[in-house]
Amino acid sequence: MTSETYANLLHFAGGLLLLCTVGVVWRHQLGASVRLLAVQGAALAAIPLISGIYHEKAHLLAIAPVVLVLRAAVLPYLISRMVPPTARPPGGWTASAAPATPAAQADAGAPDGPTATRPGPAADVLAGSREPVPLISTSVTLLLSAALTVLAYALCRPIIALDPTADTRTAPAALAVIFIGLLALTTRRQAVSQVVGFLTLDNGIVALAFLLTSGVPLVVELGASLDLLLVVLVVAALTNRMRAAFGGTDIGELQELKE
Amino acid sequence: MTATESASPALAAAMIVPLAAPLAAAALVGAAGWRRATGYASVLAAAATLVSGAVLASEVGDGALTAAGPLLRADALAAVMTIVIGAVATLATWGSIGYLGAELAHGHTTTARARTYGILVNLFLATMALAVLANNLGVVWVAIEGTTIATAFLVGHRNTPAAIEATWKYVIICSVGIALAFLGTVVLYFASVDAAAGMTDTASGLDIDTLVAVAPHLDPDVTRLAVVLLLLGYGTKAGLAPFHTWLADAHSQAPAPVSALMSGVLLAVAFTTLLRVKVVSDAALGTGYLRTGLLVLGLATLVVAALLLVGQRDYKRMLAYSSLEHMGLLAVAAAAGTELAMAALLLHVLAHGLGKAVLFLSAGQLQLAHGSTAIADARGVLARGPLLGGLFAAGLVALLGLPPFALFASEVGIARGAADAGLAWALGAALLLVLVAFAALTRHSVDLLLGPAGDGPRLALRPATAAPLVVGVAASLVLGLYAGPLGDVLTTAGGLLS
Repeated sequence: MTSETYANLLHFAGGLLLLCTVGVVWRHQLGASVRLLAVQGAALAAIPLISGIYHEKAHLLAIAPVVLVLRAAVLPYLISRMVPPTARPPGGWTASAAPATPAAQADAGAPDGPTATRPGPAADVLAGSREPVPLISTSVTLLLSAALTVLAYALCRPIIALDPTADTRTAPAALAVIFIGLLALTTRRQAVSQVVGFLTLDNGIVALAFLLTSGVPLVVELGASLDLLLVVLVVAALTNRMRAAFGGTDIGELQELKE
Repeated sequence: MTATESASPALAAAMIVPLAAPLAAAALVGAAGWRRATGYASVLAAAATLVSGAVLASEVGDGALTAAGPLLRADALAAVMTIVIGAVATLATWGSIGYLGAELAHGHTTTARARTYGILVNLFLATMALAVLANNLGVVWVAIEGTTIATAFLVGHRNTPAAIEATWKYVIICSVGIALAFLGTVVLYFASVDAAAGMTDTASGLDIDTLVAVAPHLDPDVTRLAVVLLLLGYGTKAGLAPFHTWLADAHSQAPAPVSALMSGVLLAVAFTTLLRVKVVSDAALGTGYLRTGLLVLGLATLVVAALLLVGQRDYKRMLAYSSLEHMGLLAVAAAAGTELAMAALLLHVLAHGLGKAVLFLSAGQLQLAHGSTAIADARGVLARGPLLGGLFAAGLVALLGLPPFALFASEVGIARGAADAGLAWALGAALLLVLVAFAALTRHSVDLLLGPAGDGPRLALRPATAAPLVVGVAASLVLGLYAGPLGDVLTTAGGLLS
């Protein structure tokens, strides 16, 4: 692999990662978010693979399949299971992947929205598979994402100055993913969407680790992966309890504890 | 001994026991369920951690020991924290026996949930021990995130809507905070690998000794970014403002013995990691950088705690905000950073842990008796149960920092340290806020202890339930009157950190 091919592949993986992240904040249907999260995980796993082949580092080649299985398959699967089977559309998520048009959003607020074939957006909101009317509108979210991406490039300047390589030049994309993940986490109200935001944040951090330092030491990487898996399992169990106790998973409903 | 060396088999055992003993107890509870015998096995595991901490403290001197192929590392700071974990855990697991017994008797919980509780408490203790004894800052991170996972369902133990809400906020806020700390760890590793290029093998770039050695050569800009992220990340887990919002919910909803561990130990364990970062940051960036951050967060935390204590109507939340106040004070002490301030900080951690354990365990008995944590529902405790009321009052006097208890000595030490460091204005502000908190705590507690008793239930304590409370008060008293050899260890640890 020439250094130019290497740089191109790495930039492509970073770009795909960022693109999927923007997709996650753009779409409001859980099914679409989960599929984007899986692609994001695959793009992330490509980074240690490309880097491992180019730099001939065995531990990166060893960790790449772990990242792929965990972040492109296991975690997206666990998240898709957080919505009860009754709320999943017949024929899988693809059938429900309509873009979040303004009409659909307005519909989300109306209680008498369901159609004859499958539950409508309002039912999806109740079941936890769709965001209710978001705190900030989709176009504002996209503008904020663009601003955060610019900020990420500005913040990464000392890092690129210290070690100007193809790896560190891709780092701003990873930092942007982190910021956009935080944005999704703070502006989403549905429990499942918050978890998607959290995983995006985590994917960004791991991407940054691979780009800056060829990954953290193996024991730390494995420990962190185990922690992440356990956190998602805990949160999934918690969502079930929440549904039993509150009849839904809208975080906005959690207001009993305050001063 | 001043350098890091490999531990002898006996000392290596003292470093492995704090991890292995709670794991064994967890396995035992898992196999046999939660009963009196497995409960006492958990107490034994906690006591073994305490003894191991004492052994390490007496042997480690001002150097450091490594064990388990350098995965574990113990210095005076790790030894003191192991003692804190062991001491508070002994009280908390002991108190759990009576607490869970009463919950089972009243039908508040099931045998299955009691078993889960027993397993998770022991796993929680093992992850905290790993967090203070790990050699690699990355492994420390893994362990601290592990504490969130282990405590999630302990906070949600009661399974009420309020408990579920508290658990959700706790897991999400702390996981995000700790994710920032991971980012900081990655950036620090990047700086360390860069600085160590050609010096040592980079595989250990996150080991404490390596970081301290390369600290003067770290790139300042990159290190600044890392330190801010680590401060915010571990600050979230230590309950520092502005990411403290989970704390009172989680600490008030958790079962009382778990609240004791979370308030008395877990916050301090997360804070200890910041002390490790401080050593590196001070060497790389000078003392001013992290000092500013700690002062800002510490004073903000004190403001939040003092304000929320004033209007508090719930005695468990009151205790939680008091922990917030003490974490703010620790941040100010760490900002001062002199040997005296650091030694006083560690004494403060131990004394606060013991006092808070007594108070939370007593509060647990009040909650069991009244089915509520509102002060208005539990007035006149002293008249209805002199023993429980007296123990609560003793814990309170210890917590308020009155002599002869150790928090008096530690607060004087922190004040002198801050004055020596030239932080007079910050010290003045902190003392004012501590005074507000003092007045609020006293007023609410007088209401709770001496208010009109009404027709509330009689508060009798069974001897087995009273025992850990009495021991806790006695230990606080002894610590205040006679620090003994512990004083030397605290001074040594203070020297390592200043």
